[in-house]
Amino acid sequence: MLDKPNKPEKQKFNVVGTSPLRPDGVDKVTGRARFGADMVAPGMLVGKILRSPHAHARIRSIDVSKAEALSGVKAVVTKDDFNADAEDQDVLYNIMAREKALYDGHAVAAVAAISQSVARRALALIEVDYEVLPHVTDVDEAMKPDAPVLHDHIFTEGVEPKPTKPSNIAQRYEFGHGDVEEGFSEADVIVERNFKTAATHQGYIEPHACLANIANDGSGELWCCTQGHYMVRNTCASLLGIDVSRLRVTASEIGGGFGGKTTVFIEPVAAALSRKAGRPVKVVMSRNEVFRASGPTSSTSSRIKIGAKKDGTITAAESELNYQGGAFAGAPADLGAMCSFACYVLKNVRTIGYDVVTNRPKQAAYRAPGAPMAAFSVESVVEELAGKIGMDPIEFRIKNAAREGEKSSYGPKFRQVGLVETLEEAKAHPHYSAPLGPNQGRGVSCGFWFNFGGQTSTSLSINIDGTVALAVGTPDIGGSRASMCLMAAEELGIGYEQVRAIIADTSSLGYNDVTDGSRVTFASGKATIMAARDSIGKLCERAAKMWDISPDAVVWEEGHAKPAGANAGEFEPLSLAEIAASAESTGGPIAGHHEVNASGAGTSFATHIVDSEVDPETGRVQVTRYTVIQDAGKAVHPAYVEGQFQGGAAQGIGWAINEEYIYGEDGRLQNAGFLDYRIPVASDLPMIDTKIVEVPNLGHPYGVRGVGETSIVPPLAAIANSVSAAAGVRLTELPMSPPRVLKAIDENK
Amino acid sequence: MVKVMLWGSLKPAAEGKAEIHVEASNVKQMLDAIGKAHPGLAPVLERGVSVAIDGQMHRVAGYEPLREDSEVYIFPRLEGG
Amino acid sequence: MHQVHVSTKINGDEIEYLCETDETLLDVLRDKLGLTGAKEGCGSGDCGACSVMLDGRLVCSCLVLGAEAQDREVETIEGMADGENLHPLQSKFLEHAALQCGICTPGVLIATKALLEKNPDPTETEVRYWLAGNLCRCTGYDKIIRAVMDTAADMRGA
Ligand code: FES
Ligand code: FES
Repeated sequence: MLDKPNKPEKQKFNVVGTSPLRPDGVDKVTGRARFGADMVAPGMLVGKILRSPHAHARIRSIDVSKAEALSGVKAVVTKDDFNADAEDQDVLYNIMAREKALYDGHAVAAVAAISQSVARRALALIEVDYEVLPHVTDVDEAMKPDAPVLHDHIFTEGVEPKPTKPSNIAQRYEFGHGDVEEGFSEADVIVERNFKTAATHQGYIEPHACLANIANDGSGELWCCTQGHYMVRNTCASLLGIDVSRLRVTASEIGGGFGGKTTVFIEPVAAALSRKAGRPVKVVMSRNEVFRASGPTSSTSSRIKIGAKKDGTITAAESELNYQGGAFAGAPADLGAMCSFACYVLKNVRTIGYDVVTNRPKQAAYRAPGAPMAAFSVESVVEELAGKIGMDPIEFRIKNAAREGEKSSYGPKFRQVGLVETLEEAKAHPHYSAPLGPNQGRGVSCGFWFNFGGQTSTSLSINIDGTVALAVGTPDIGGSRASMCLMAAEELGIGYEQVRAIIADTSSLGYNDVTDGSRVTFASGKATIMAARDSIGKLCERAAKMWDISPDAVVWEEGHAKPAGANAGEFEPLSLAEIAASAESTGGPIAGHHEVNASGAGTSFATHIVDSEVDPETGRVQVTRYTVIQDAGKAVHPAYVEGQFQGGAAQGIGWAINEEYIYGEDGRLQNAGFLDYRIPVASDLPMIDTKIVEVPNLGHPYGVRGVGETSIVPPLAAIANSVSAAAGVRLTELPMSPPRVLKAIDENK
Repeated sequence: MVKVMLWGSLKPAAEGKAEIHVEASNVKQMLDAIGKAHPGLAPVLERGVSVAIDGQMHRVAGYEPLREDSEVYIFPRLEGG
Repeated sequence: MHQVHVSTKINGDEIEYLCETDETLLDVLRDKLGLTGAKEGCGSGDCGACSVMLDGRLVCSCLVLGAEAQDREVETIEGMADGENLHPLQSKFLEHAALQCGICTPGVLIATKALLEKNPDPTETEVRYWLAGNLCRCTGYDKIIRAVMDTAADMRGA
């Protein structure tokens, strides 16, 4: 680590760090932008999906004959219309039930018909013979030895001795180091508490939508709103049993994803219907279907124990986190366990995570999957512990904060990180010392997320007039096209306006991983910079040819090729436009490419400060002031970075106060709509103040870190800390809805 | 020798060890070597793991070069949102 | 199936269409007339993504039947800009980065325009309550509110 530089390659910028208008902006304010449901094809049919009303039921038989016989019905599909040998059996089972329906809303059959009303009637004609089975939707219930078991093939992994009976606990993860028992024995004060969080939904306003057009030979096209169209292509090809090359997937504009559109739900169903009908089929989820049958978050229960000395040094920390992940294994218990204490340098730490299946829809990612729930419980205990010791909660955090070169709680040593900087900013922020009104309380929390890189392919063409066409393969979920244009313009030394970025379809550009893990500005950005450098190399070669000198003797500066070395000053510099104009005579088109599996993403930390007011009569919580402070490494487009901070905070406020999946005794979801699953509206929120901290990530030429996910990690605990301060009692269960807050206040009297 | 650190729940499969030392000049060689030395780990490694090499996270373990004194952490495959 | 014949005015143009009796105005706009600027986020009046003006009143087009548009005037996002000139709200939304994914934007713009026509000098609280029927999941509303306040100030000054 000694030989590494401590500054990124580039520190002086022309356009990076400004906030110009986005290339897709005008389309989006005029209604012209085409989202998932906005596409049509000639001869298009309407596809609809029949869903299980039962939480857990054996499917004895499905009779589709009456539906098939209805006039206007062109295709009906069930599990038999998919490739039973598909690689990912869980995804296969999740998109269409097989021997059992595993949750309320699980797809069991689908139809394609000439109109909405015919499709609706056809669904009603499908006869499914269910044998209803006992179900379980609560994480703690599902872990009990006598709970109804979902899958006969799940035997808990990660425990010794190997279990002999199937169970709902798919996996136990353990991380940590040191000796926690010893550490607790050194502590002057120990706080231990149990917590619960409800499942929430990403709540993107655009329901899943897909237009599939599969020809009779199995080749075809998909248009859909997704965070990863290459993932859609590969998965659909596998589920349908066709070659990847036969599918071309175009990502529409996407109306919010936040992690929820990183897998497939309706896309393979639309494709199977289209293949069977021999016509294009559009499937659009209703909001009810989005809630019941896409991928909400895990609900969790947890136990946290932290001990500290009177001087504020944490001596030991322990967490046990149970993640309910719906009907299939894969809840982010591992990530939650790894993240839970990532903000602190600990001598003794043990974190345990359980991945638990229940009769609920399979969870999907939601911004920093697994981390917010872990941070909620850990940061609640941290705040309480600081209070017990009599230390300012920010000082307490700074004393124990993650720093460069220190061993992280999940193992590896930290590289350059910005947690302390965000805490120092928070301490100095006027918000932190502002007076509070009656019934108000203030809370603070930190948050951490890994951030990822991943497979990325980018292509950049120099146009005849000196403008640039940039093709990236990562769907733009928050203004990334603008950021890509900024980085390309920066490298090429031209204006932002001269670069236009598009999201290329799967047949036009090499493979790209899903837009997830806050990877786009980092990884696609890095690939864009490298593609620009590739094209600069070629531009210099062309200039060298025109001057008849060696390409080595040409440098690229401020958008111009300039002769260097012995030839310096010999020739007039050639602008990008001039070289572009003579491309035909100097060797043909000029383009740059870059393909990479990007590593070097920098972890990101944030500190949030929240004021809440609690109505002692009703238990209603109002957030009155909110400040987000986060390390962005280098903010490429500051306005969109702020937007990510604010959006994550607002979602966190919803998660903390209102939002919750409510299941009835019958195992059915009781609030599958925006009326009863209430996400924050404009009148619920204050302005959300932001402060961008820039501690560069040395794994990126400009120092960029991903910013999209960390912003949802601190809010749950920050709000819980502020509500607990205002109510005078510790709140340990989310959401902090009025009845729950009132109950806590009453019990405390 | 490269120092490889396992996450806690893998310890039983590695005869209770959290730290393994192997000869390897890249990640693939390292994974093969520890899979061979501790067959109990092989199924987990096959399912795919993420690695951190000297503090640098790699979501998919590949052929990243390792130095004599590299410190590698193995993690369950990481997913994002 | 029995369909009803409807004559109406949309963004100033005389339009005729046939629709089923249970078909919503939103479905007619999107599926029959190709006006896909209005979005369906819920279909139940809870998100405001489908907001349009009906005879000068702000409505959720998912709660209005296509047949109800007979002899009335509908305004959608497609009619907001004047040719190549954006409405001041549209420009300000871009300037303030008041959209991320943009799915809520048409509805928010229609609703805000209706507000400013009624109340050219709203307080922040008034804007927040007026827009309480328009869900945005991306922005936390901060930049939307700022864009609206700024446009209102500009338009009053103009
Ligand atoms: S679609 Fe009309 S209010 Fe949501
Ligand atoms: S910008 Fe995405 S919902 Fe408002």
